Amino acid sequence: MTQHYLLRNLDVEGIDRIDVYEANGGYAAMKEAFKTFKPEELVAMVKKSGLRGRGGAGFPTGMKWGFLPNDGRSRYLVVNSDEAEPGTFKDRELIEENPHQLIEGIIISSYATQASEAYIYCRGEFRRGAEQLKRAVQEAYDHGYLGANILGTGFSLELKVYRGAGAYICGEESALLESLEGKRGNPRLKPPFPAVAGLYGGPTVVNNVETICNLPPLVTYGADWYTSMGTEKSPGLKIMSVSGRVQRPGNYEIPLGTPLRSLIEDYAGGLLPGRTVKAVIPGGSSVPLLMPDQLDTPLDYESIVKAGSMLGSGGCIVLDDQVCMVGATARLVKFYREESCGKCTPCREGTYWMTDVLDRLEMGMGEAHDMEILADVADNIAGKCFCPLGDASLGVLVSALKHFRHEFEAHVAEHTCPMGARLYDTVNH
Amino acid sequence: MKPEWKEWASQAKAEFPRANSALMPLMHRIQLVEGWLSDQTIQDIADLMGLTVQYVESVASFYSLFHREPVGKRVIHVCVGLSCALAGSDELMHNLEQRLNIKEGQTTADGAYTLLEAECLAACDKAPMTQIDLHFVGPVRPEEAETLLTKEVPS
Repeated sequence: MTQHYLLRNLDVEGIDRIDVYEANGGYAAMKEAFKTFKPEELVAMVKKSGLRGRGGAGFPTGMKWGFLPNDGRSRYLVVNSDEAEPGTFKDRELIEENPHQLIEGIIISSYATQASEAYIYCRGEFRRGAEQLKRAVQEAYDHGYLGANILGTGFSLELKVYRGAGAYICGEESALLESLEGKRGNPRLKPPFPAVAGLYGGPTVVNNVETICNLPPLVTYGADWYTSMGTEKSPGLKIMSVSGRVQRPGNYEIPLGTPLRSLIEDYAGGLLPGRTVKAVIPGGSSVPLLMPDQLDTPLDYESIVKAGSMLGSGGCIVLDDQVCMVGATARLVKFYREESCGKCTPCREGTYWMTDVLDRLEMGMGEAHDMEILADVADNIAGKCFCPLGDASLGVLVSALKHFRHEFEAHVAEHTCPMGARLYDTVNH
Repeated sequence: MKPEWKEWASQAKAEFPRANSALMPLMHRIQLVEGWLSDQTIQDIADLMGLTVQYVESVASFYSLFHREPVGKRVIHVCVGLSCALAGSDELMHNLEQRLNIKEGQTTADGAYTLLEAECLAACDKAPMTQIDLHFVGPVRPEEAETLLTKEVPS
């Protein structure tokens, strides 16, 4: 792609400063939105654009906004910047390198939804991200883009940056709201959904950073421009975070529908010479594996589901033929063990036992019935937890058991990891 | 209780006046200076917030970045997520443990370093990624463990 719309930080040096941002067209979309559009026209534009939530669920953004009840209560916009899904690192780049784009998107979105208060929930580990956001928010206040009666429009918006403190579960929107209210980050029962009873019990929209960053270009170029890219059901642009065994790991802005093979080869530089793809996790650690014969799958929500996985957060981890699938699976499941909030027994105990069994398999101390134990524990988690974290822990495991059962069996038969029980490959570096 | 904490609590409550939203910002601010949250500090925060000690403790214990044990002058997190592991984070952790003569989760006897695992730090493009006092430093190859220990970071 020659021109970036979301990752403009790659094209413009110093765009994290408001003067540079404005010199490159920044905040023009906000002014345009105020001048040309009524709030409901902006909501209609977002609906028409087909923009879907980029945090993982892919829910249509305009429809989400439309769920806000018209009951006169003051509304909140909460931006989810608690990015922690293994393999996903786009929101970190967006907030660290181009914070004003997000702030402009927040102002436009708040105007569209008539929210009078907005919060950015920033992952606790993002120290620089939070510092960048706080500085940029202050700059926006100083320029009169935030606060009371913005640019004489009569629209007022307060924007605050709130830091998390290390908890993946707070990326789940209701847990995030709990955390923002100064509580433990346990997910809430839904319904009621945040649109009806969210932050402080008020009507609330929770959107991902990347989703909101789409707003400035969307207002500038229009819904027709947005739908001219991507597919009919998955229009527009998506940032894919590519990591693992590729030559050029990084964030890449692609039109939805771009084939997975193109992302790996054309954008991320392909694999190391002589290596072949063993499996790809296309949308963050929670989604099932795609196999080498599925590399021509278009990266859009529907096509990936059809191929048996999900686009999720766009965190694409590429595994080559030198990666042990048992070791890789053990590492991913351990993440969910660490991050389970502990509320539900199947998730809390299940992720613990799956990690334990996977570790002993990887160390060559597994037994033949361990695969049955894993399948049984997985079955006792699936669909039996309060929030999606339990199910998320199963995506890679279940598909690895299906596609790579021979590797699990080899660990048992040989009483060792045939690949040396290490994930590091010195040749790679 | 440090004399300035009262002012910090008022500022946090002014910025986040509803529910207990001022609690975590206050905990962050105090820990940044103190390094960790002692039992006494938890008590003080509870008093400042008008909350019970049990409530503050329940929040502090939920989040991995709130330290309830003393930490070293420098807190090192090594990301052990899959993408970092594929790039050598286990070997980096091993080298740091050897060099510091501690295990992951521990603090050196001289109180200089605390070594911790981090779950995916959302920086897989620069694997293996680490943080020093939550400042990103990476990629750090396993053989660069020594360099990491003396790396300059913003205060």
